[in-house]
Amino acid sequence: MPTKPDTALSSPRQTEAVLDIRQLSVHFDLGGNLLGRLFGRGGGRVRAVDGVNLSLQRGEVVGLVGESGSGKSSLGRALLGLAPISEGSIWFRGQDLATLSGRRLRELRRHVQMVFQDPSAALNPAMTVEQAVTDPLRIHGVPAGERRPRVVEALERVGLSPVELFLSKYPSDLSGGQKQRVVIARAIIMDPAVLIADEPISMLDMSVRAKILTLMLDLKDQLDLTYVYITHDLASAKFFCNRIAIMYLGRIVEIGDTNEIFENPRHPYTRALLAAIPDPDPSRPKTADLLRGEIPDASRPPSGCSFHPRCPVAFDRCGWEPRDLVATLEGHWLRTSPSTYDLERSRIANLDDISADGGSETVLRPSTDASPTDLVALLSEVRREDQGARFWEGVDEISEEPEGVRVRFHSGEDPVLRRNGDVEVACLLY
Amino acid sequence: MRGLLNAIVSPFSRTQGVARWMLGVGVAISGVFLVFAIFAPWLAPYGFATFKGPHGDFAKLGHPNSHHWFGTTDLQTDVLSRVIWGSRTALEVVTLAVIASLVIGLVLGILSGYVGGWADRLLVLVMDSLYAFPSFLLAIVCAFLFTNVIGTSVLFFSSGIIAAAMSLTVIYIPQYFRVVRNTTISAKQATYVEAARALGASGGVVMRRYLFGNVIQSVPVIGTLNAADAILTLAGLGFLGIGIQPNEAAEWGYDLQRALDDAGIGVWWTSLYPGLAIVLLVTGLTLVGEGLNETVNPVLRKRRLLPVVMPPRSRDEVSTTTTAPAPSLEGESTT
Repeated sequence: MPTKPDTALSSPRQTEAVLDIRQLSVHFDLGGNLLGRLFGRGGGRVRAVDGVNLSLQRGEVVGLVGESGSGKSSLGRALLGLAPISEGSIWFRGQDLATLSGRRLRELRRHVQMVFQDPSAALNPAMTVEQAVTDPLRIHGVPAGERRPRVVEALERVGLSPVELFLSKYPSDLSGGQKQRVVIARAIIMDPAVLIADEPISMLDMSVRAKILTLMLDLKDQLDLTYVYITHDLASAKFFCNRIAIMYLGRIVEIGDTNEIFENPRHPYTRALLAAIPDPDPSRPKTADLLRGEIPDASRPPSGCSFHPRCPVAFDRCGWEPRDLVATLEGHWLRTSPSTYDLERSRIANLDDISADGGSETVLRPSTDASPTDLVALLSEVRREDQGARFWEGVDEISEEPEGVRVRFHSGEDPVLRRNGDVEVACLLY
Repeated sequence: MRGLLNAIVSPFSRTQGVARWMLGVGVAISGVFLVFAIFAPWLAPYGFATFKGPHGDFAKLGHPNSHHWFGTTDLQTDVLSRVIWGSRTALEVVTLAVIASLVIGLVLGILSGYVGGWADRLLVLVMDSLYAFPSFLLAIVCAFLFTNVIGTSVLFFSSGIIAAAMSLTVIYIPQYFRVVRNTTISAKQATYVEAARALGASGGVVMRRYLFGNVIQSVPVIGTLNAADAILTLAGLGFLGIGIQPNEAAEWGYDLQRALDDAGIGVWWTSLYPGLAIVLLVTGLTLVGEGLNETVNPVLRKRRLLPVVMPPRSRDEVSTTTTAPAPSLEGESTT
């Protein structure tokens, strides 16, 4: 389902794209069992990033926002060549990063740099500040005589002055904010074009977060940088980003101008994320419909729209499948008493097999002491009890057959990014 | 230079109690033997193989007297001289062996841990199979092999010393390899290694500048403890007559073996002094190792905490307190 997300969104500035990501996928093979590994057959594969298109315009700040496991960090690491690129391409100055050899890629790293989440971990504890900030210069072959002035300049730029006080310090002597400043100095010293900031403030003290973000904005203007800002914190993204891309399970589900995303969120996931921003005013009514459940297993993403099992407004075409039936039944049993659970659970013979099923229909088999009619009764009971459940929207037909109950699901569709107003959104509602 | 001096002194200043005593006594004992080894030609009254002096041949199995403080052996050599020259042999062999096994083990360990994959598996297999042998047996076999291989002396070390050092090297490499490889594997996951790669560092640079400094911390402890063990193994080899030939250098283990027969006829001095030397040097090195371990190992470490003296504070002194120099926190500043 290739899409061309940026043609309409940024056509006037298209020529200024610094970094162009096309259909990028990052897949990790799971280890599998011993025998499988021995013969080269892995387990599954996790699609950490799954066909992402993104074009970075010069001088802008793009936020990648999502829960843990949404693939935002993997995307950021792939931009540096730190995560394996399975498919797709990343175009930077006429070169495809995905096809470059290790040596050429290392050369290019001077232009794309990264600021890490935990500044304490990102600095080598055995190196002084000066050694740490000098190291990129050493790596990229800057003559020894020119290094020191550049180090001093970079440290001054990030606000570590007087520089002499900091040069001989070890990371353990510095505070978190100071360490992050050193990390930023190390990242900007090669004068990069793109800076990838992977949650740069989430490990910092509240009081220095805003300072670091302001510093990064100042640096952007002074050094003509382009940022990719990876975060799960929408509030800071609102302050920091021009554009925001909401990621879910390795895909961008909504992308657009920051203001538009905040004022008029379209994708249900975006709305849920916005509802989860803490509101400091206790008098305002609390939002009740926070996201429930965990992000699904990326090695077996849900069919159709991968957000549908958690979506509050899902409907028939969202890609309902057999394991959603299992989840619905389990949800029902959570609300009943243990004795009812024992009784009802014992009537179904193949519940575990169903959850492994794919496809658009499944057969619920009764155990020896139950009949298909019992199961139909059970399903209609569950349906009646849980009126609001979106799951039943996707069930086309429940038919009683000699061997069990056949449940047929509505055929699902995989939503692609489509234009809607000023944003692009991957949801079947739009 | 000053930094180096600080690094050497810091284990003393950081420790307290038993660890401090262990380190101090260990360094003192080892230091005496080091002096023996370095200044052997001046300290020893005779050569290690000298059997006659200006007044004719030495007595055979002569009692300790004013000319021969520790007596003489059945080969008419002076026991005191052999003990002093023996410390030179022991320290030569042990230094060579520890440095060689440290360097080889460290390099292989970092490579194996960082590169991983099949190279890692193969190296681990080889090292584990070396480990599986009883180390003394392995040393005997290696000493046999290397004595035949090495014909002449290398640099200023005689062939026997080189052979003994090489066989000790072989049995100690796996210890360094294991420790360094495992620390490398855990350090490799650290963000700063990924950050280094993000800066554009090649594998070699990552290993040299980012991993090396973080994986060598436990190596000095293994080094000193290995040195103690190496003294014993060397003496064992000498006792069996393998490795160093008697005409090449004085060796305590060989002397003990010669002295076996003397013990039965009431001659105690030929066995007592070489034996005492072995025991003392092993004890000294072990104390240094354990003392270092208590300093370096954060699980065992107990650091001296100097009391923090706060400047006096009273109502009308508030303004001066804020400008008063910071209280001394030395001794607990690094954690």
